[in-house]
Amino acid sequence: MIALEPSQKRPEFINVRVRRQDGPGMEPYWEHHKLAYEPELNVISLLQRIAAQAKNTEGKRVPPVSWDCGCLEEVCGSCTMQINGRVRQSCSALVDRLLADNPEEVVLEPMNKFPVVRDLVVDRQRLFRGLERVKAWVPVDSYYNMGSGERQLRATQEQNYPLSQCMSCGCCADACPQYQKVEVTRNPGESAEAFEERKLEAYDEAFVGPHAISQAMLFNNHPTGKALASERMDAMMGPGGIQACGNAQNCVAVCPKEIPLTTSIARAGRAATVHMVKKWFEK
Amino acid sequence: MAQHRVVVVGGGLAGLASTMKLAELGVQVDLLSLTPVKRSHSVCAQGGINSCNDQTRQLGDDEWKHFDDTVYGGDFLNHQPPVKEMAFWAPKVIDLMDRLGVPFNRTGEGFIDRRRFGGTLYKRTAFAGATTGQQLLYALDEQVRRQESQGRVNKYEFWDFLGPMLDESGRCRGVVAQDMVSMEMRAFPADAVVVATGGCGLVYGRSTMSVFCTGSASSRCFQAGANYGNGEFIQVHPTAIPGSDKLRLMSESARGEGGRVWVPKKPQDMRTPRDIPEAERYYFLEERYPEYGNLVPRDIATREIFDICVNDGLSIDRERMSVYLDLTHIPKAELDRKLGGILEIYEKFQGVDPRLEPMRIFPAVHYSMGGLWADYAKNADGGLLAGAPQNHMTSIEGLYAIGECDYHYHGANRLGANSLLSCIFTGLFTGSSILNFAKDQSSGHADVPSSLKDAAIKTQQDRHNQLLNGDSNNDENPYLIHQELGDVMTRVATVVRRNDQLTEAIGKVNDLHERAMRVSLSDTGNWSNQNVIFAKSVQDMFPIAKTILQGALQRDECRGAHYKPDFEKPSLTAEDPVERRHQAEKWCDDFAENNRKYLKSTVASWTTGQAMPSLAYEEVDTSLIPPRPRLYGLVGAEVIEQVWSERAAVASGEATVAAS
Repeated sequence: MIALEPSQKRPEFINVRVRRQDGPGMEPYWEHHKLAYEPELNVISLLQRIAAQAKNTEGKRVPPVSWDCGCLEEVCGSCTMQINGRVRQSCSALVDRLLADNPEEVVLEPMNKFPVVRDLVVDRQRLFRGLERVKAWVPVDSYYNMGSGERQLRATQEQNYPLSQCMSCGCCADACPQYQKVEVTRNPGESAEAFEERKLEAYDEAFVGPHAISQAMLFNNHPTGKALASERMDAMMGPGGIQACGNAQNCVAVCPKEIPLTTSIARAGRAATVHMVKKWFEK
Repeated sequence: MAQHRVVVVGGGLAGLASTMKLAELGVQVDLLSLTPVKRSHSVCAQGGINSCNDQTRQLGDDEWKHFDDTVYGGDFLNHQPPVKEMAFWAPKVIDLMDRLGVPFNRTGEGFIDRRRFGGTLYKRTAFAGATTGQQLLYALDEQVRRQESQGRVNKYEFWDFLGPMLDESGRCRGVVAQDMVSMEMRAFPADAVVVATGGCGLVYGRSTMSVFCTGSASSRCFQAGANYGNGEFIQVHPTAIPGSDKLRLMSESARGEGGRVWVPKKPQDMRTPRDIPEAERYYFLEERYPEYGNLVPRDIATREIFDICVNDGLSIDRERMSVYLDLTHIPKAELDRKLGGILEIYEKFQGVDPRLEPMRIFPAVHYSMGGLWADYAKNADGGLLAGAPQNHMTSIEGLYAIGECDYHYHGANRLGANSLLSCIFTGLFTGSSILNFAKDQSSGHADVPSSLKDAAIKTQQDRHNQLLNGDSNNDENPYLIHQELGDVMTRVATVVRRNDQLTEAIGKVNDLHERAMRVSLSDTGNWSNQNVIFAKSVQDMFPIAKTILQGALQRDECRGAHYKPDFEKPSLTAEDPVERRHQAEKWCDDFAENNRKYLKSTVASWTTGQAMPSLAYEEVDTSLIPPRPRLYGLVGAEVIEQVWSERAAVASGEATVAAS
């Protein structure tokens, strides 16, 4: 099992170092927590114990660390953060494994490329905006009963299903050198609506991200979804589209679902060439 | 025509299906969720979604049989008209999800592939790998994003629903909610409100549910005057992976695809499972239930696993109870194609490859069959009347409940792969009902007086401020209270229930409730304060927890997931055929008598200031399929069945005579 073998020396305590930040635009700071060792914990259980303990290593009463979590079985994407310098979900980060690599401490930091809301919580709205930019949906006529969809070969399903498992966690974007952080702060006196609009504009100018390109490819490969293929290609050939990709291949290396993101990007690149030539002829 | 506006609370399958359908009908929707909707708990559903289909039809299946399996599996506690409607919609729901792009597994020829699930003899279940819930949710999320891009939907993600906003007549006129980042409170006026906030697993501390499933939204409606039905019916899933933060689901599809449950015959046999020969393994489900084998309904599988560990002492490990769920006889390629997702979960969290070594599993709290009481209107065929405004309306006018948080469809026990169906079905079906309700009202969202909004916000703001800056003598920690509550509930209100334990637990939970009202927060700030949000949800778990306990205490019978050994019906013991027949007659008399007493929905109500719910009982609509004994695995089942069918024939003969 995952617990350290009894023959190995089990530590008495687990040291956790958390990079905290009280709010957007505020200075981050490190906080240390010390927890009694238990076997078979994950990072979620560490954070739960920190919350229940409500004290840091010096015994000072501190507010619990804020973090996002949901399913705790790595299908919702909520609990993504930097753990010992690597972006991943905290639910599937097993403490015994982390300690085997670094017995001294477990280091928790927020994701790099998204604005910090508080502590380990970041604002990932831009990921979902990316899906809207590439129209990642099937344009059905209606939600009435119109019979089944088209028959699909098993091979097609087996090609699409892995892409469809993308949970918009943002690991790929966080690890991508071309995905730069975009942080828009509300101006004094600015209405919520005006701020929202300005923020979305800023997101739309920046790189759409590997996850969104992959979703565009998924829907371009669907019998009805491909009706929007040309619009998706237009969206991905504009600013912040596929040409922003520098082919660092970090995305595919960190994807927890092992989605073939670079394959999707390569397919998008080829499709873009075809799309461009076609448009040129149609002029 | 005036623009109608509806608030939908919750963005899982039910909430998204409702939002999408309402948007299509031209309603403006405000969608509120604790989390980005794409991260809702529906993603955790693994196995699939049921409907009869072209293949099963040719083997004698039809919608009626799906309906029958559902009410039989639910031990007849389900009101039948909604279930009938759902079963007849099921093939259409799957067709729609197929059109929306759900990558259902395919047969070699390109048709949707099906697998078998518990409680039926047909392969009704469509699936997308082992992440069907995730795939269905994503398809709906995409459509709602599409509607959002066209301006028909406004999403409010990371907003906590604090309660419905009721006017003097008691009609729901919108909701009050809080931005979980800025902590700002706001009133959302609406023509109608839909609550689609899922189950209440966190009342049990650890369960298979996501951290959002606290039941607090249902509880806030309950405390505002909505009734709560069948609270004591909580499904304990037979197969979960025990963990310190969560009990992770191991889908029923593992058994649907041929997984076998066993324990070593020798207690705590230290050999690795591979080294234990066939002859020394006890496949207890297959031996005890030859017809259904490993695919008996969930309540039965759960009880058997519990029994084998607790009473027979055959748990693999004495300390940590578990049994083997074995897939190692199935080819790896087939496992990867059909169960890849769930096997990865096991591997990831346990560090063991289940393709090579049997999994260790134990039951865990999984689903709330009970929930907010909801009305319906029947049509001439015994199904639901499409478009009737009362469909799925709670006892608060204008407040609707759909999905897991309502009390319909699953009776005393839910069949696998029926929940995804009930969620999507209720979301789609209620669209026209809600629109018709909105149309019938003389005043709508635009007419909600600001005095009503201000008062509703003030109530919530007072509660909030009280928690942040309350009595300095308060010293309770909400996280520890939650743990204690979970421990009590898991001990007394899961697989086996006993009246002495329940009575004692009610006292304990009452004390905990009082302590929960005296929490002291370690975070008293007003920016993204998760501490105060959690504290509120813990406080709101208590009305639900007490409803579960009180309902269980007052129900002196065994029905579906509610199992009280003191009231269990005995197997037949006589060998002599005449005596056996006599015993069967007596058994059937007792069964009929028990149904007269207990074949009723528990309906709880809550009054502010009260410490306990008041319970009332409601007749179950069994107008379409008369209740019959649920006899999986009982000794003498065939004789009981014969006596019962003879009686049923006589009864229906009498009914025909009376009618003519």
